[in-house]
Amino acid sequence: MPDTPMVVADRVSKSFGSNEVLKSISLEVKRGEVMCLVGPSGSGKSTFLRCINHLEVVSAGRLSVDGELIGYREANDKLYEMRPKEAARQRRDIGMVFQRFNLFPHMTALQNVMEAPIRVKGLSKAGVEANARALLARVGLAERADYYPAHLSGGQQQRVAIARALAMEPKLMLFDEPTSALDPELVGEVLDVMQGLARDGMTMIVVTHEMGFAREVADSLVFMDGGVVVESGVPTEVLANPQHHRTQAFLSKVL
Amino acid sequence: MTDTAVSGGKTEPGIKAIRLRHPWRNTFAVVLLLIVALFVVDAAMRPAYDWPAVGKYLFDQRISQAAFVTLQLTVYSMIIAIILGVTLAIMRLSPNPVVNSIAWVYLWVFRGTPVYVQLVFWGLIGTIYQSIDIGLPFTEPWVSFPTRVALSAFVLAIVGLALNEAAYMAEIVRAGLLSVDSGQEEAATALGMSWFQTMVRVIVPQSMRVIIPPAGNEVISMLKTTSLVTAIPFTLELYTRSRDIAAVTFETVPLLIVASIWYLFFTSILMVGQYFLEKRFARGIGDRRPDKKADDATAAMTGVTPVVGSGQPTVVLPPTDPHKGDR
Repeated sequence: MPDTPMVVADRVSKSFGSNEVLKSISLEVKRGEVMCLVGPSGSGKSTFLRCINHLEVVSAGRLSVDGELIGYREANDKLYEMRPKEAARQRRDIGMVFQRFNLFPHMTALQNVMEAPIRVKGLSKAGVEANARALLARVGLAERADYYPAHLSGGQQQRVAIARALAMEPKLMLFDEPTSALDPELVGEVLDVMQGLARDGMTMIVVTHEMGFAREVADSLVFMDGGVVVESGVPTEVLANPQHHRTQAFLSKVL
Repeated sequence: MTDTAVSGGKTEPGIKAIRLRHPWRNTFAVVLLLIVALFVVDAAMRPAYDWPAVGKYLFDQRISQAAFVTLQLTVYSMIIAIILGVTLAIMRLSPNPVVNSIAWVYLWVFRGTPVYVQLVFWGLIGTIYQSIDIGLPFTEPWVSFPTRVALSAFVLAIVGLALNEAAYMAEIVRAGLLSVDSGQEEAATALGMSWFQTMVRVIVPQSMRVIIPPAGNEVISMLKTTSLVTAIPFTLELYTRSRDIAAVTFETVPLLIVASIWYLFFTSILMVGQYFLEKRFARGIGDRRPDKKADDATAAMTGVTPVVGSGQPTVVLPPTDPHKGDR
């Protein structure tokens, strides 16, 4: 099914108590597409990203990845909550990169990358290690394999985090403000790695404030505000000629 | 940045200043040493301490056997307490309200009553429940044996100490688990790791750094709390044994010294063990790096002599990333 979209959100809503963070979000991400989610803080873009791998449970609507409903099993017109084991199996195929890297501090860069393939997939150590070293080389950190995260710069940590997510061979990568916690001079090295991934055809959803990245790398740009999709389209067009006044107001501040 | 002059570049000679003196520190230390020396000399001569008797009993077989029993009580009850404590801590953090409540009630009871009272209760268990029956309620038991036979005073001492200690260990472990950043659990979950894998591989190893110091405290505390098992009554441990010998020979003070020396010996060993455990779990935190090179960034900073003008803000920019080339 190469034509079915990778991610389909159909009127997805999410509330924390009485606070409705996402209001009926509908969008599609095609295979190999790079989508950038932009918007002011509190607009719900990170929450939406976290719903995609079931770190948050959606309150209403349907969210599916690769044709598979996330977090629920559907049978006889009824939805059944998934067992933790089934949810974990779905998450294997979805890589996630966090704003604060969240590397395991008690493991070296190499061990960080090897952990999930060994524990979750049960692969043999030798094969995993070769692959992990190749991944670290891909993100430019072959020489830093034996460093603990505390001895790596922010940009290097984030690149290890990307390698760690890639080690599970995901079909979809989610980036939650991957460069927001970095010193400005370190942003470039992380964006370069992400651009390389996009070039290799990885499907990516990126929550970001880097409009330059959105313009150059993304295939589509979605502007969210107040829990709704305000505007979406081809990045160059949306950035150059925003239609909605909220998009205009936001872009005038960040560009 | 075209008209900015680059300052620094060559390293200035190190500062040679006269060290700050601390005359009172030294005076105080000398006075203190004198007082200690006086006390030691006095104690050595004082007949009440009866040092020859201390020497005689220090390696007396009854004492060394009792010391071994004390060590056994400590180790066994601590092992049970740690296992039970970890279980209770995880139960307390569980989203399951049933499991959570059980742990809460356990802590309420065992932390809320004195350990001495609990030990007396354990001692009376043979009186309260005269036999242990296995079978279905309200029917003839399949097996039945008297409690006093099944549970010796030694076993009851371990059970009593362990169940009390588990309540304290549970809170120590819980604090440790909570100290780990929530992003760690999220990252592990996002990688598809199960809850159990996340706990064992990610959360628990990181929480050990927080758990070990207070847990070490608890082990040392337990070593000394074993002297309370006389409440059961169990009399073969170090303190009670020393008291019993002293009661016959009237050598109370020397035997107290003997017991103290043994307690100190064990705690010293435990402290060494704790040091190595702490080192083991500090991986990734200390400043050990695979290469011993000085940090490139700091190296680049030395030799820079910034000039800060008064009344205007100065911004210190970090040097450009020295690792940029390795991509």
